[in-house]
Amino acid sequence: MDWRERITRAGELLHEFYRGRHRGALARERRQEDDLFMLLVFSEMMGIENPSSYYTLELLPLLYEGFHEWHIRMGMDHSPLEHFRCC
Amino acid sequence: MSALVLMVLGLGAFTAGYLLYSRFISEHIFRLDSEFRTPAHVQEDGVDFVPTNRWVLWGHHFTSVAGAAPIVGPAIAVIWGWLPAFLWVTLGTVFFAGIHDAGALWASVRNEGKSIGALTESVVGQRARSLFMIIIFLLLLMVNAVFAILIARLFVQYPTSVIPAWFVIAVAVTIGYLLYRRGVALLWPSIIGVTLLYASMFVGNEVPLSLPESVFGLGPAGIWVVILFTYAAIASLLPVWLLLQPRDYINGLQLFIGLGIFFLAVLIARPDIVAPMINSSVPEDVPSLIPLLFVTIACGACSGFHGLVSSGTTSKQVDNEKDVRFVGFLGTVGEGSLALAAIIACTAGFATLGDWEGYYTSFGAGGLDAFVQGGGVILASIPGISESFGQTLLAVMAILFAATTMDTGVRLQRYIVQEAGTIYDIPALTGKGLSTVLAVVCCLALAFGSGGGGEGGLIIWPLFGTTNQLLAALTLLVLSVFLLKQGRPTVYTLAPFSFLLFMTVWALLTQLRSFYETEQYFLLGLDAVILVTAIWVGLESLSALRKAASESSESSA
Repeated sequence: MDWRERITRAGELLHEFYRGRHRGALARERRQEDDLFMLLVFSEMMGIENPSSYYTLELLPLLYEGFHEWHIRMGMDHSPLEHFRCC
Repeated sequence: MSALVLMVLGLGAFTAGYLLYSRFISEHIFRLDSEFRTPAHVQEDGVDFVPTNRWVLWGHHFTSVAGAAPIVGPAIAVIWGWLPAFLWVTLGTVFFAGIHDAGALWASVRNEGKSIGALTESVVGQRARSLFMIIIFLLLLMVNAVFAILIARLFVQYPTSVIPAWFVIAVAVTIGYLLYRRGVALLWPSIIGVTLLYASMFVGNEVPLSLPESVFGLGPAGIWVVILFTYAAIASLLPVWLLLQPRDYINGLQLFIGLGIFFLAVLIARPDIVAPMINSSVPEDVPSLIPLLFVTIACGACSGFHGLVSSGTTSKQVDNEKDVRFVGFLGTVGEGSLALAAIIACTAGFATLGDWEGYYTSFGAGGLDAFVQGGGVILASIPGISESFGQTLLAVMAILFAATTMDTGVRLQRYIVQEAGTIYDIPALTGKGLSTVLAVVCCLALAFGSGGGGEGGLIIWPLFGTTNQLLAALTLLVLSVFLLKQGRPTVYTLAPFSFLLFMTVWALLTQLRSFYETEQYFLLGLDAVILVTAIWVGLESLSALRKAASESSESSA
């Protein structure tokens, strides 16, 4: 490892040192916001009227990745949507 | 005797303790296994469970456990002479705190990263869990009150520290903003931030700020306590990324820089220790060394608070089980070296024995003032540092440690009030506002109730220590039961456990009597509550150990 790499590595560790201690708290806060967003996007399918559904429709495939964890977190063991299978 | 000898002996004992004793414990008692899949890998979620580089994890662990407490305890305890404090800090760090901190970490790693509270329930029982919650509540209540008073005293004694201590908030918020909103890389803001902090110390040194003698009948220390709690209430409501995170970070850097500068100064100055080895002419109000020494120095020798950090956050980030030794034991050693620095500052930083005695006129009188005063003199041996600048630097360092703990402490207390609001269905308490007010009012009441004028914090210092040691005893008990169930030797955890519990109960009884004699009924009540809790811990331990012993003999039969 030459000195340039060492400095880069030290910078990375410093960054880790900065972020690490409150990573959990910040990630949880962010997850709460994301969960709300998820609810907004899927609300129409669950019978909650949402005028912006037309625009959020194309987000569905992007959000599908986190859908499973989300419905588990929200206390639903299986997908709550009939047309939207998960597990 | 030269302080250099004490420094070398102390650091040498820590090194030997790490190389020999921690190796023995890790290999033969904990039997750390690099093949074991740690919770950070099994339950990795990017939130709590994240495998982390051991140096970074050690940095977090060390900076989370080290603060003002390992400075204050030894600074008060040297009133009995330097030897008792030195022995308890070195032996305590190696044989008590090391196994306690690393043990809590290891037990948690082996139990899906559960916290000591949860482990208490699953290993010992439901009753012990309630006991645990009571101790935590008492500890939090006391820590905020004590630290607010400590900071207030420093602001009054060292008005040069006022500007830098508040300026750091601006530095922290700017770093937080640049990082999260502007995406700037960390290196430059860190360097500039720390430079600005030191520059502000120069400014503060030239422009001391003092409060008026009396406002609404409150003295300057009392006003500072009110201001500090108002600040802590606001700070605890701000987003973590904006203030708490960068503030913790600057504090961490400051801890490493401060320790480095201090030991360098001792190396250059080689001051002589003027305080007596064992003080034979202690002031009248000083209680007996045994048992009070063991509760006056909690952090720095053994502290239950560390178990909370070990099992609460650190254990969820251990990458390899073998790192438990590095992170757990070396974290303790870091804290021990801070306590060692405090002992040296408070015993060698004075010109004559008379000067020293002028600071230690009564129990709890020396404390941080003596640390800043003596440490400043030692720091002045570094070219370019004046005595008053050295004192400003150390005062600011101690204030920053205490203030960051307060920020977190008030936040945690607010969570407790909010949780109570949810459990007992009181909607008003579940919001942020009222719960924060309630948390702060409790702390203020304790701060003023324990001494008047907001200056009574140091009277309750040993009580804070007893609560802390009780928590440590409970953690060691959980660890012993866990080891017993696995059929491993328990003497290395049970011996410190028995010692701590015995000394704690003894200290509580001694203090109970002295509070009664001096008619401090508020503290008397608090002492009684802690005493009942301590006896309860004792009884609970007996039953848990008996049960575990019979279970393990049945399984082996």
